[in-house]
Amino acid sequence: MSPLALTTQVMEITAAIVAAPLFLGWVNQCRAWLQNRRAPSILQPYRGIRKLFHKDAVLAERASSLFRVTPYIVFGTMVLAAAIIPSMGTRLPLTVAADSIALVGLLATARMFMSLAAMDIGTAFGSLGARREMMIGFLAEPALLMVIFVAALISQTTSLAAIAERLSGATLAIYPSLAFTAVAFTLVLLAENARIPVDNPATHLELTMIHEAMLLEYSARHLALMEWAAALKLFNYACIGFALFVPWGLALERQGPAGLMASVPILALKLMAAGAGLALIETVSAKLRVFRAPELLATAFLLAVLGMLVHLLLGA
Amino acid sequence: MPTTPLMGAALHGCLAPLAAWGLIGLAGLLRPHSVRFVGRILFPLSALCGLALAWVGLTSLGQPVAQLVLPIGLPDLPFHLRCDALSGFFLTLLGATSVGISLFAAGYFRHGQGAAPGLLCLQYHIFLASMGFVLLADDAYAFMVAWELMAVSSYFLVTTQHRLAEIRSAGFLYLLIAHVGAVAILLSFGVLQGGSWQFTFDSMRAAQLAPQWATAAFLLALLGFGAKAGLVPLHVWLPEAHPAAPSPVSALMSGVMLKTAVYGLLRVTFDLLGGPLWWWGLIVLTVGLFSAFYGVIFGAVQTDMKRLLAWSSIENLGVILSGLGLAMIFHGLGMSALAALALIASLYHCLNHACSKSLLFLGTGAVLHGTGERNLGKLGGLIHPMPWVAWLMLVGVMAIACLPPLNGFVSEWLLLQAFLFVDTVPRPFVNMLLPVGAAIIALCTALAGYVMVKFYGIIFLGQPREPNLAQARDASRLERMGLIWLAAACVALGVFPVQVIGVLNTVSQGLIGTGLADPAAHWWLLAPAAARGAAYGPLVFLVVAAVVIVLTMLGVRLFYHRRVRRAPPWDCGFVRLDARMQDSAEGFGQPIRHIFQPFFLITRTLPTAFDRAPVYRVTVADRIWRYGYEPVGHVVRRLGDVAAVLQQGRISTYLLYSFVTLLVLLALVL
Repeated sequence: MSPLALTTQVMEITAAIVAAPLFLGWVNQCRAWLQNRRAPSILQPYRGIRKLFHKDAVLAERASSLFRVTPYIVFGTMVLAAAIIPSMGTRLPLTVAADSIALVGLLATARMFMSLAAMDIGTAFGSLGARREMMIGFLAEPALLMVIFVAALISQTTSLAAIAERLSGATLAIYPSLAFTAVAFTLVLLAENARIPVDNPATHLELTMIHEAMLLEYSARHLALMEWAAALKLFNYACIGFALFVPWGLALERQGPAGLMASVPILALKLMAAGAGLALIETVSAKLRVFRAPELLATAFLLAVLGMLVHLLLGA
Repeated sequence: MPTTPLMGAALHGCLAPLAAWGLIGLAGLLRPHSVRFVGRILFPLSALCGLALAWVGLTSLGQPVAQLVLPIGLPDLPFHLRCDALSGFFLTLLGATSVGISLFAAGYFRHGQGAAPGLLCLQYHIFLASMGFVLLADDAYAFMVAWELMAVSSYFLVTTQHRLAEIRSAGFLYLLIAHVGAVAILLSFGVLQGGSWQFTFDSMRAAQLAPQWATAAFLLALLGFGAKAGLVPLHVWLPEAHPAAPSPVSALMSGVMLKTAVYGLLRVTFDLLGGPLWWWGLIVLTVGLFSAFYGVIFGAVQTDMKRLLAWSSIENLGVILSGLGLAMIFHGLGMSALAALALIASLYHCLNHACSKSLLFLGTGAVLHGTGERNLGKLGGLIHPMPWVAWLMLVGVMAIACLPPLNGFVSEWLLLQAFLFVDTVPRPFVNMLLPVGAAIIALCTALAGYVMVKFYGIIFLGQPREPNLAQARDASRLERMGLIWLAAACVALGVFPVQVIGVLNTVSQGLIGTGLADPAAHWWLLAPAAARGAAYGPLVFLVVAAVVIVLTMLGVRLFYHRRVRRAPPWDCGFVRLDARMQDSAEGFGQPIRHIFQPFFLITRTLPTAFDRAPVYRVTVADRIWRYGYEPVGHVVRRLGDVAAVLQQGRISTYLLYSFVTLLVLLALVL
């Protein structure tokens, strides 16, 4: 394990934890601008988290210990995911722990714990949120796996870092299969991160909410961790997208420390572009009814399968 | 066939625990009504025998094949026994799983459940021993005797509460389909002997079959073993028989007995037929994938907890069969390294399913004892009165949902890795189909997560849906030990996959001649296709996740100094919250009913605006039962009615029949 690899690993984890709320703040800012509103500060998510950490925690009387440990488990899995995803460099010591399939499994673990915790109190909203989250999950997960499979078939490996490395090496080759999967991935990202058109992160309206319904019973530090974990999840998904579709600018091994230094501003640029794009999608699209969401995700799934067939037919 | 004592040594080791099981069963008849004697002495002894069997099976893996002829059976037809790596592996599975189940059963069987405990003990141990003999049998005759013994003993166990009509009919359905399957297996052996009229497996291995006959033998075997494995459309007995049986028996049937079908299919296709044709694999893969999908969507709409698990077993057997199909495709096309990968994934899933499904079935038994309720609509919130069962079941639930770092994920990972080699398959047509297979596996796994959240959330979380649930009793000490054994197995299989694969490699080498190349490069890192850079290190994964979670907890504790208060749930300010406002089992299944509507036969009773007591009822039925089985049943009944005309019940009429028959025969002869 080289010192450079270790530095990359530590930098990635720290950057993810620190930058995730900033990224969320940036998306919210862009959304406000696009909607002709005055934007909140980019630090607003931090303020929210800070405020929550200064409050007394209120737990429901019936809450079991599963409910109490879930925020830590969800936050922990998201940090672990951030450690596996190559956001700055491709030489990461922890990538041996989990390849892209295990990464999907890791995200599924977090989802399962969140849903179970939501059912723990026994409120109508909680179980409704859990049911809807699992519904979105079982539709989005295979789509995400198919997206990853296409990239894995192209680069002949399932390790996410190695995929990014091989794809970034082929600067001139254009893969039509990846175009299909990029669209599929965007839809999965929207659904998994509770964004419009699947869910609306800004409302607590019972007919529409999914993610927020699961968090209703959390307060103070638990809620802060859950919110932070949600921000990390969005950050992670954005970085998975970068690794698969725009891997250029990642620090490769031969580039040494200079490459790592250069990758930080590149990551920031990518995040700014992705955040603006996300805000644009959210502004121009309308919230779907919950039972329209499966159609959207089935489209994503079919696009990913189509991408795979295109790859196998054309070999590209 | 004479055998040297050395060759038989491993077999004697395997036979001793099986014989001990038989003796323990008979000992149950000594004091059939004493729960103390049966529960405190016999069942723990049986668990020890299971441990011994698992040990013997495991040690036999590295040894040469052992054969033995038992001088029992019909004259000139002695029982041939043989223990190779495949048998050894499944014996280990049987032994290790039975340890947990027997320990649980020691605390489970009580008075007032139909048959006396001693009698149950006899049936239970005959069932165990017969499964062992199925795995050791080396001629068709011994195999069929053991197979039938297994079916009949489990039939009696299923109908333990034979005073209930629905349990009798569930048992009958089970027996019927078991025998349809047995006939198919018998016919398959008939084809396999290939004109030599020798029914030992050795002569079947030696027989050279023409491709069409080999295909016939394979299809018959698939039908026969598929009926036992619960493959769609022969699955109908499974959701009836598993809930009817007492929980330890459900656990044995689902965890172990279904695997004997996998064993049989492996034995026939890879061993007796000497390797499959590649397109057989396509059939197995298709049937397996369809069963997996069909099982999981039906699991999602069930309202009975054991029925839900039974459907989930159909799903898991489907996944196992898909892996097997993939192995057959690769093997048939001469890609033996990939065949080994798919075969190992499939065998790994057998082990995983044996541990985790037994754990869940036993857990439902504990819930049933604690609450007296099987209906999901009347459970809830049991994590408070039954913490042991709840936390141990969480392990099983995560394992079935294939979540890392537990065992289910390892086999899913291996299977998906095998699917990812599609581009190397030399048939373009298969090339196009296999990715769809991978997609279906991914979908089924994700759906399994949905089913398990429903199962666990409704039983253990939320508010109790009935007032008496708060007084539910947790599992007794012996029951707990059984659950802990199986949960520990789930964790160990998940965290140390390299060691398990080292064992499975010998099975694969024995069966198809190759294993994974160098599976143990690192003892902690699973990298079956090292050239492709695919790696999964569950131990690193678990340790890092644990470290991160603990650090987060410590960090929060360091910076957070506020109190924790308990208060009524907030629920957006709603105050009159009660248990009926939670999702019911039907409600939780509703998205699945909606999305996969064409697969279900749904009947709804909707209330009108003028009803005094409005009722909403929805039932979900199986199309295959309605349009496949019921018409056949009608035809059989019709034929029976026609035949009944002959039965007049008067002796003179019967004499007339005899007379006419005699005349006809005389006319024919003369």
